[in-house]
Amino acid sequence: MIRINCPWCGERNMVEFTYGGDANNVYPGLSEETSEKQYFEYTYLRDNPCGPHLEYWHHVNGCRQWIKVKRDTLTHEVIATVPADKPVGEKE
Amino acid sequence: MSRYSALEVLKGGLTGQKHWQRAWRDPEPKQEYDAIIIGGGGHGLATAYYLAKLHGMSRIAVCEKGYLGGGNVGRNTTIVRSNYMLEDNAHFYEHGMKLWEELSQDINFNVMFSQRGIINLAHSDAQMDAFARRGNAMRLNGIDAELLTRDQVKEHLPMLDYSGKARFPVYGGLQQPRGGTARHDAVAWGYARAADMLGVDILQNCEVTGFDIHDGKVQGIQTTRGAIKSGKVGIAVAGNTSRVCALAGLNRLPIESHKLQAMVSEPLKPFIDTVCTFGAGHFYVSQSDKGGLVFGGDLDGYNSYAQRGNLPMVAHVLQCGMALMPAIGRIRLLRHWAGVMDMSMDGSPIISTTPVKGLYLNGGWCYGGFKATPASGWCFAHTVAQDRPHRLNEAFTLDRFERGYLIDEKGVGPIPALH
Amino acid sequence: MATQSNRLPGGGEIDRGKPLTFRFDDKTYTGFQGDTLASALLANNVKLVGRSFKYHRPRGVFSAGPEEPNALVHLRSGDRQEPNTRATMIELYDGLIAESQNRGKSLRNDPQRINNLFKAFLPAGFYYKTFMGPFRNTRLWMFIEGFIRKSAGMGAASGLPDPDHYDQMSRHCEILVIGGGPAGLMAAKSAAANGARVILVDDRADPGGQLRYEQYEIDGKKGLDWINETVAGLEAMDNVFILRRTTAFGYYDHNFIGCVERVCDHLPEPEGNKPRQRVWNLQAGHVVLATGSHEQPMVFGNNDLPGIMLAGAVRTYVNQYGVVPGKRAVVFTSCDDAYRTAIALHDAGTTVVALVDTRKLDSSYAQQLLDRKIRIINDSAIVSAQGNADGVTSVEVHSLSGGGAQRLDCDLVAMSNGWAPALHLFSQSGGKTAWDADRNIFVPGDSKQAECSVGAANGNFSLKTCLEEGSAAGAMAASSTGFNTAVQAVPAVSEIHESAYEPLWECPDPAKGHPKKFVDHQDDVAVSDIQLAYREGYISVEHLKRYTTLGMGTDQGKTSNVPGLAIMAEARGCSIPEAGHTTFRPPYTPVSMGALGGAETGEHYMPIRRTAIDSWHEEQGCKWIDAGIWRRPRYYPQSGETIRDAFIRETGMTRGSVGMCDVTTLGKIDLQGPDTAEFLERIYINHWMKLPVGKARYGMMLREDGIAYDDGVTSRMSENHFVMTTTTANAVKVMANLEFYLQVIWPELRVQVTSVTEQWSAIAVAGPNSRKVIQKIVDIDVSNEAFPFMGASGCVAAGIPGCRLFRISFSGELAFEINVPCDYARYVCEKIYEAGREFDIVPYGTETLGNMRIEKGHVAGPELDGRTTADDLGLGMMMSKKKEFVGKRLAYRDSMTGENRKKFVGFVPADGKTPLKAGAQIVVNENAAPPVEMIGHVTSTGYCVEHDHPIGLGLIRGGLDAWKDRVVYMSYPLRNIIVPMKVVSPVFVDPEGERLHG
Repeated sequence: MIRINCPWCGERNMVEFTYGGDANNVYPGLSEETSEKQYFEYTYLRDNPCGPHLEYWHHVNGCRQWIKVKRDTLTHEVIATVPADKPVGEKE
Repeated sequence: MSRYSALEVLKGGLTGQKHWQRAWRDPEPKQEYDAIIIGGGGHGLATAYYLAKLHGMSRIAVCEKGYLGGGNVGRNTTIVRSNYMLEDNAHFYEHGMKLWEELSQDINFNVMFSQRGIINLAHSDAQMDAFARRGNAMRLNGIDAELLTRDQVKEHLPMLDYSGKARFPVYGGLQQPRGGTARHDAVAWGYARAADMLGVDILQNCEVTGFDIHDGKVQGIQTTRGAIKSGKVGIAVAGNTSRVCALAGLNRLPIESHKLQAMVSEPLKPFIDTVCTFGAGHFYVSQSDKGGLVFGGDLDGYNSYAQRGNLPMVAHVLQCGMALMPAIGRIRLLRHWAGVMDMSMDGSPIISTTPVKGLYLNGGWCYGGFKATPASGWCFAHTVAQDRPHRLNEAFTLDRFERGYLIDEKGVGPIPALH
Repeated sequence: MATQSNRLPGGGEIDRGKPLTFRFDDKTYTGFQGDTLASALLANNVKLVGRSFKYHRPRGVFSAGPEEPNALVHLRSGDRQEPNTRATMIELYDGLIAESQNRGKSLRNDPQRINNLFKAFLPAGFYYKTFMGPFRNTRLWMFIEGFIRKSAGMGAASGLPDPDHYDQMSRHCEILVIGGGPAGLMAAKSAAANGARVILVDDRADPGGQLRYEQYEIDGKKGLDWINETVAGLEAMDNVFILRRTTAFGYYDHNFIGCVERVCDHLPEPEGNKPRQRVWNLQAGHVVLATGSHEQPMVFGNNDLPGIMLAGAVRTYVNQYGVVPGKRAVVFTSCDDAYRTAIALHDAGTTVVALVDTRKLDSSYAQQLLDRKIRIINDSAIVSAQGNADGVTSVEVHSLSGGGAQRLDCDLVAMSNGWAPALHLFSQSGGKTAWDADRNIFVPGDSKQAECSVGAANGNFSLKTCLEEGSAAGAMAASSTGFNTAVQAVPAVSEIHESAYEPLWECPDPAKGHPKKFVDHQDDVAVSDIQLAYREGYISVEHLKRYTTLGMGTDQGKTSNVPGLAIMAEARGCSIPEAGHTTFRPPYTPVSMGALGGAETGEHYMPIRRTAIDSWHEEQGCKWIDAGIWRRPRYYPQSGETIRDAFIRETGMTRGSVGMCDVTTLGKIDLQGPDTAEFLERIYINHWMKLPVGKARYGMMLREDGIAYDDGVTSRMSENHFVMTTTTANAVKVMANLEFYLQVIWPELRVQVTSVTEQWSAIAVAGPNSRKVIQKIVDIDVSNEAFPFMGASGCVAAGIPGCRLFRISFSGELAFEINVPCDYARYVCEKIYEAGREFDIVPYGTETLGNMRIEKGHVAGPELDGRTTADDLGLGMMMSKKKEFVGKRLAYRDSMTGENRKKFVGFVPADGKTPLKAGAQIVVNENAAPPVEMIGHVTSTGYCVEHDHPIGLGLIRGGLDAWKDRVVYMSYPLRNIIVPMKVVSPVFVDPEGERLHG
């Protein structure tokens, strides 16, 4: 059972969370200047590394906050967790 | 090399089975090939076989980083079916079904394809309607399908819970009688042996470490067993597609790697005679010839390259299992494991040319790679040989996501873990 | 009743004061409290207990633990029958019933034993080479397969629902010690000394491990006494929790260990309300693996005969159970350990004919044997055994240096080819095993998680090292989890330093013949099969396993994997570590599915969600339907009514006067904050900025890929307060999505979202008389002028303050939806019903709700199938050109807007009578042969009560523009139905919307 250190609640079991995927994926922004290609890339293309991966998790059965988690996709080690709107490495 | 037959086995019985030779050679890599297929799994081996058999290519190599058949072809739940609704899927998988029906004879290796049928259970009228839509589409596409009533389901699957206590009562089901199971390892070995007999070099313990690409055209690959030249390189490494494609400069694909769990019980005398899928949870079951009940479940739900599952999903699968068939309570689980799936953005595969000339991609199989093995190899061989897709795989392109021509059988959109 | 002819007059840990009666096959026997089924059978001289998988060879008890490959039985009977149960792990109870399995009517005269005669023709993988037949189809194979399936399998499942229940528990601790042998007990003791929470797991009724059957002295006491004292000491500590009869079966991510406790398996049936078994989900700061080791067998001709057993197991039966499994024993070994078996057998009165040692060296125990006049034959091996279903009768011994063959008569062979550490859990933790060339064993390599292995599990078999390693590991674990180190003094032990173990992986063939030398006893994998696999190129250990089925039995190769891969390494001419071993998959020993599923199954699988008005519906005699995990009233039949009668009546009465419906299951989300309108502007396709306070609006949202996602009505209750409804199916997902947009993408928006689905009940009141009913309930003026269509307002309803009223309509009639805090929902519901009585108000269910929305041409789940766009559904006009919103750009890709897309239309049967069926496909040519072009499909069907004919909704290529008033065919080949139908507008009643606004 993966343990995720929610920045708001502390360490919790994975079953309290749902997975939100690649967090290197930057939303292109709702603007007329944004190209269709940017939306396409945001919607369909993913980092998919074997190793450290930055990803969103939603503490859905907890504080209901989206958080960013750096996790190794091979060993499942959780390397870092931060609130979703913060870059990894920067603490609250 | 002796052809496989009962007679040969009988002959062997008198001589201690000493006359059998290697099922495939263990060759040294040549400097150059007409085509290289990366990935010695079911799809890669099938592709090599059809390239050699149908497209007149003789110098073909298959590069496998470990032992052949060690990926998903060796860790799946062995189900074969073509019960698809969307037209592109239906024709592709039905072509595969026809190849399956003749596969043992074709490759002279008994892959034990057993057409025991597959039944998808429905637990509401809405689900029955959805199955009817699929079943009617199958029939109109020339694929066998039956819509079973609850009583008909009971005849096939007497061990389900038909009591008033069932949380999600069985309303009926959609059956494809020609579906069934095959011996998964035999598919890899059979294709390997058949390809080897046609001269294909199967290079095990040969991991690809780089691609030689000049002017947008592939020239060859770098491997742990040295550089190998070829103007045509096909990638068939589902589960690891993103990793291998990144070596060729194709970063950020419409794919996430997830692990899907599977599990098997202790061997039992015949218990269930067909493949059965639960419609109110993630659970499917069949029984192998050895007697083990083979269960499949859901993805663990997060990107992973680990071929091992975690316990919460095992518990979830068996909750479904117990809810559906309370008779399995005293049967024991023997092993559980996971395979790494290429989950694509619409749940359908990619068998396609790529932006790099001479580089071809076969991946994105989600849960459905095993049953597709023959059709995938057949279509991919055509794509590699002709440098363009066959009509059967022309919808499964890499650029369909950008163009919006998605093949979303489940209708859940670009959330890979939900397909 | 048979007597216990092999039972010693004294000794052992059984309670001779408690005799137990049990049945095996058709005979009744006795044993004692403390026996296992295996020890009790051996006490009664029952040698033949089962048949092997493939050749149906006779098999007897092989081991005394979880590694047992042979002695598998059906335990219990009827709906409690458990197949493949290891007799060595079954605690005997009074009245136990067990049956042998994988046989015909009788175990002795099993007709399939004939397979053994054809074994030369049934090598590993014979089925891959045969049964294909000359015809290009699967028929011959499936014919043959029928016989294979019947013959394969081991035990049989009852097929009956399991009457027992199961449980799951979770627990956290600083230190988890797995294995209660000397190493584990010492580890627990030193780990717990300074207050760390320690859990000790042991798979037997009582901890102790080898000390329960070895005759060591610790601190000058009997080993058993030391254990009892130590366990009592641990039990007295508040911070120690001991789980008995509990197997740690899997080591998962982040030090999560799955264990199964056999709570009541030692009883005839679970007592009281106890579960049969319980899974423990344990998560530990540090794990100490004291899992012990498995003795490895010798591989020689006919080594599978009953009476040929592991030497350690024989010693266990003698010392722990007071049973001698034979009268004349030969001990065969490559290590010192088995010498102690020879001593134990001799001291128990058995004739030890000889000890055959493959080594040339003198064992440390040699003198003790010579003192007992036991003959030692060095540098020799058993090359074959002779015997029958009743067991071994003699063995042939050869010198390994050539010559010197001799035959020894015996009825028991105790063999040992050394001990292999149980690395299963270590390997599952992610650690890689390492080959210790000095000791010829695989040992744990570097740790990948916070764990360490101690004692035999670490390859250190001497009692002294076990105690030392345990003590040190426990202290280290405590310190690594933040507790003071407290290395416990290690008690003094007396033991002999054993001489080196020199494995012999395969014994040579006898002078005459090549009897099968079995490696995997359960699956009948012999040395010849491994050699065949080698010849055919299946040389990787994974290929070897899959091709020969080596190690794939219920014992998972605990006594066959290492010999198998050693023999393959020999064939390949490579070292054992080069050959490698297969992955250790969980579970360590098979675990019942019932336990893994736990309690949340049957009726408790996905618990039913009920609305606050559930009981009222029940009283009205409704029929229920599952809507996801909710249950909703489907219809309210009056006497003798069919579902069709009922929904036509309910529709008619609602459209004729007034009806009421519980719509609580719709998702309800409360949005507050100054930027709420802006937020809605971004996530919905239509406009929200200018929605006045007190007004509701229908909205649709898209997925990022431009596909229609969810729809519902959202109302502005005040300037900065909106209430959103979603579909029942998407309620949870939409909420998570909104949170994602607000927290991740637009954190600058000042909006709070809260799911209030649980807080509010919703009742729709529809029909021309609905206003009259509602006016009797609420305190606000609901006239058309004061509260026009799409009005939204707070109100007092039936005296309950804080309710909400909306003038919205799904049915197309004049309609209201009243939202009530759940605590008062039933009360308000009753009041509405009362108020409506004068208008013959009718409660209606999902069937009528669905029928009226179909009549009105509203889209719902079957149309929103994840492949349709807003434009496909006829809502393209709603998509604002003036703003950006989620999914907009991708929704305008060519593929999403083409003329040829399937679009939303209505259908009526051409004859005006034939019912339409959802799930039908639409074709142009009624007689075409497959593959037939399908131009659309029927999504929903109903009955238009006003116009008295069947109707349908669906999607058709090109939509109304291409097909209006043309005839197409509804094709339903699954039931051989083809119906001509006319394509029409999807709005069947009140197309101008006059009633809504009236």
